[in-house]
Amino acid sequence: MPSSTFPAQFEFLDEIREFVAEVARDGGFSEKAIYSLQLAADEAASNIIEHAYEGITDASLELTCDMRGDTIIIALRDWGRPFDPSEVKEPNISADLADRQIGGLGMYLMRKLMDSVKYESGSRTGNLLTMTKRRV
Amino acid sequence: MEITTQEFKHCDLIKVKGRVDSATAPQFSKALEKANDNGRFKIAIDMSELEYMSSAGFRALLAAQRNSKRYNRGEVVLVMVPDRIREALELAGFTELFKTFDDQVQAVGSF
Repeated sequence: MPSSTFPAQFEFLDEIREFVAEVARDGGFSEKAIYSLQLAADEAASNIIEHAYEGITDASLELTCDMRGDTIIIALRDWGRPFDPSEVKEPNISADLADRQIGGLGMYLMRKLMDSVKYESGSRTGNLLTMTKRRV
Repeated sequence: MEITTQEFKHCDLIKVKGRVDSATAPQFSKALEKANDNGRFKIAIDMSELEYMSSAGFRALLAAQRNSKRYNRGEVVLVMVPDRIREALELAGFTELFKTFDDQVQAVGSF
């Protein structure tokens, strides 16, 4: 199963997106779908770097990406601060300019772009975010 | 990511090329803030050579639009938004916050 560990730094987002694109391309996803998968993985990794590892610069995250039949599974594991996704308020995407929230957008996009988004955290296993998307 | 700013009489045209993500968005924000610092609030952003933009870039756009529209002193408009980026902006509900134009002349002329 293609898996790789990346330093938890924004400068590695390019490589993270490329990793996802390679697996998705081999799996027969269209370029348009690949863009969406890259965006979802980027948002997930950005959240980990920004929130789970807030203030920590030497951390790492593990990215696993694989096809199961016609479905791609993208999993990101970190060992930072866990969070409760149900507490991430959904942004009001029809609010006026003044009332738009800055946060929560990444999680919102992930849920919209992917078929499923699952989050688990455990003291030994770290935090695991698993997203799936079927090829159409 | 690469940014070039061109000053017109009535607006600034900021061209952003390449990829805007959490790593590069601060530099994009800085270019927008710099225009504001120079008293320029009417801004057209040329996205024709933009390959990728994550929500970090969307947040920079939102902050710039808020700052520009304050006191009715200006506005940020988007020019030649690539389809994939437009779709993501739509998903985030951002398309209604920005006027979009199909070419630079139209956008610059709108101010």
